[in-house]
Amino acid sequence: MNMLELLWLIPAFPLAGFLILAVVGSRLSRNISALIGVGSVFLSALLAVLLGIDFIRSQSAGHVYSQTLWIWFQTAGLNPGITFYLDSLSIVMMFVVTVVGFLIHLYSAEFMFEEEGFSRFFAYMNLFVGSMLVLVLADNLLLLYLGWEGVGLCSYLLIGFWYKDSANGRAAIKAFVVTRIGDTSLAIGLFLLYNNLGTLQIQPLMRLAAINWLPGSTLAVAAAALILGGAVGKSAQLPLQTWLPDAMAGPTPVSALIHAATMVTAGVYLIARTHILFELAPSVQSAVAVVGAATLLIAGFSALTQWDIKRILAYSTISQIGYMFLALGVGAWSAAIFHFMTHAFFKALLFLGAGVVISALDNEHSIFKMGGLRKELPLTFWTFLIGASSLSALPLITAGFYSKDLILWQTWASRSGSPWLWLAGAAGAFLTSLYTFRMVFLTFFGEKKSQITKKPGLRILIPLVVLGILAAASGFIELPPSLGNLTLFTKFMHDSLPSQVEAAVGPETELTLLIVAGSISLAGILIAYFFFMLRPRYAGRITDTGIGSLLHRYWFSGWGFDRLYDVFIVRPFVWAARINKDDFIDLIYLGMAWYNRLFHRVLSASQTGQIRWYAAVIALGAIAIIALAVLS
Amino acid sequence: MAPVPMEHGLILAAVLFVLGMAGVLMRRNIIFMLLSIEVMLNAAGLAFVVAGSRWGQPDGQIMFIFILTMAAAEVSVGLALAIRFYHMFKTLDTDAANRMRG
Repeated sequence: MNMLELLWLIPAFPLAGFLILAVVGSRLSRNISALIGVGSVFLSALLAVLLGIDFIRSQSAGHVYSQTLWIWFQTAGLNPGITFYLDSLSIVMMFVVTVVGFLIHLYSAEFMFEEEGFSRFFAYMNLFVGSMLVLVLADNLLLLYLGWEGVGLCSYLLIGFWYKDSANGRAAIKAFVVTRIGDTSLAIGLFLLYNNLGTLQIQPLMRLAAINWLPGSTLAVAAAALILGGAVGKSAQLPLQTWLPDAMAGPTPVSALIHAATMVTAGVYLIARTHILFELAPSVQSAVAVVGAATLLIAGFSALTQWDIKRILAYSTISQIGYMFLALGVGAWSAAIFHFMTHAFFKALLFLGAGVVISALDNEHSIFKMGGLRKELPLTFWTFLIGASSLSALPLITAGFYSKDLILWQTWASRSGSPWLWLAGAAGAFLTSLYTFRMVFLTFFGEKKSQITKKPGLRILIPLVVLGILAAASGFIELPPSLGNLTLFTKFMHDSLPSQVEAAVGPETELTLLIVAGSISLAGILIAYFFFMLRPRYAGRITDTGIGSLLHRYWFSGWGFDRLYDVFIVRPFVWAARINKDDFIDLIYLGMAWYNRLFHRVLSASQTGQIRWYAAVIALGAIAIIALAVLS
Repeated sequence: MAPVPMEHGLILAAVLFVLGMAGVLMRRNIIFMLLSIEVMLNAAGLAFVVAGSRWGQPDGQIMFIFILTMAAAEVSVGLALAIRFYHMFKTLDTDAANRMRG
């Protein structure tokens, strides 16, 4: 039997786990809930790895596999199938989602063990993994949209997991509403595509678009722009990035899985999946690059000023997804997916490490109250350090270096790239290593400021170690031309994402850029060392000056986007809602209510409770009836 | 002896009935209300007797005996209620029992 026929089981396992936990979860013991929740994702991770190996072995040029389970519904002309489509792009996505998902589930089994609603947590997490797999395996855009909304729902449910605190509920609603703006744009994009090309199946759709639409034609630009709107919302890019820092209200494993490793990169996947549309709309494609570059800088500056370790990581996630958008925008599709993969490993690792630190210090989020944890939590420290080095793209030994260097190099070399975009990326790389090592030095070095109360157990340490290995080693499958020129990843991705980049510059430039990028990252680390280890007072002195404190406050608030939206969108909307409360239609209902209240008052006033009054009313009634009988 | 004209009898019955009803409506003492109800019952009984004598039929007087029986039963129940009422409210004023007010 062909191994690939088991493909449907991969999303089916977590969805089955969700069903079991949702229906009988409250009656199961914590251990059994954890077994179902972790086990279902483990099975699909195992199957995903086996299938991936099988797929790579049997790969011939342009090899894809698709499996139709059933036809979802049939209407005039539109009959989307529940069809899974496997090519190199969806293999990478599936691999990351299931493997990182499994490690985070394992971590949660210990991390969340004491929490109320333990089985509810695993039910949501399983539903998330299932939806995410449907998203990445979907053969048509409608099924993709189903998964897209499914992960949005799970994100909402899990941000508001501790629903008893209303601030968490508000964060959940904010995330849901802001991403909904993008989702609406995506839905309109789907309508546009179906209306003009008559199908939603991705591969035929792309072929039809390439045949029917001229590059730069209005329809192509509109479709690509609408899809970009969806991607921007889901991936927390400018201008819809405001929901992600608040989404940190959820439990830490949720932040690691949904708001760092997988869901927020769905936008990157969507653009890569529909990259032919973006090639047909060069203006939108350069908009993608500009959005990415602007986002990575803005989020980098904001990350520099945060004190909450999770918010630093959240802004860093926004910034790293900015890199992926930058890569997509210059046509370096496989570089974006490569960075997605390495980012999923090291950012999940950083979040999980931060979770250990936070719970060890009794729910302390502030990096200024941490410190000296290097000796107390040695394994966590070393894995966190690997993740942080990978995030700051420490040259040669980390995965982040290879993926980020690939993006920067292609930004420079690509026809649609430019030195300006490269400069933004390089500045972002400097900021990244600066804020990352600020966080590392303040958290793990220096003097001890609080006592640790909890040590992580085995189920927390195993995911940390595995992710640490992946975060360091996964970069070696793709080495730059000047360092071995190994292109396993790009070659693997070539079938689904043919490279648009033509190297217009020679190997000397490539080597120079490599050295520049490496030294920028090292410089960031050294400056962080200077400011936060050697001369800790200097940083305070800079923020004490007038302009320093102004910038600090401005960046701390995420460049004032929340305030901007509050003043220009939320408040006018609330105002309009309030003045519309008493419109004409409402008056009818209010009038009905008013008459009801009037009758109620009259009738209840007639019930005096005095027997003489009742007797008199009976007598009057009798007289009236007799009078009626006599007179008529 | 000339028979009493029916009109006189009915007028007397009506007067008695109105007096009784006025008593029920105006008195606040539950004992007096019971007495007034007796007056009203007797007024009704008188009307039956007058009507019976007008048509030369015994039915009116039979009806009166029924009314008497019923009145006796009613009084026993009414007095029992009056005693319970007094126990509960330490008064015979019916207005004290207005807890069912709207």
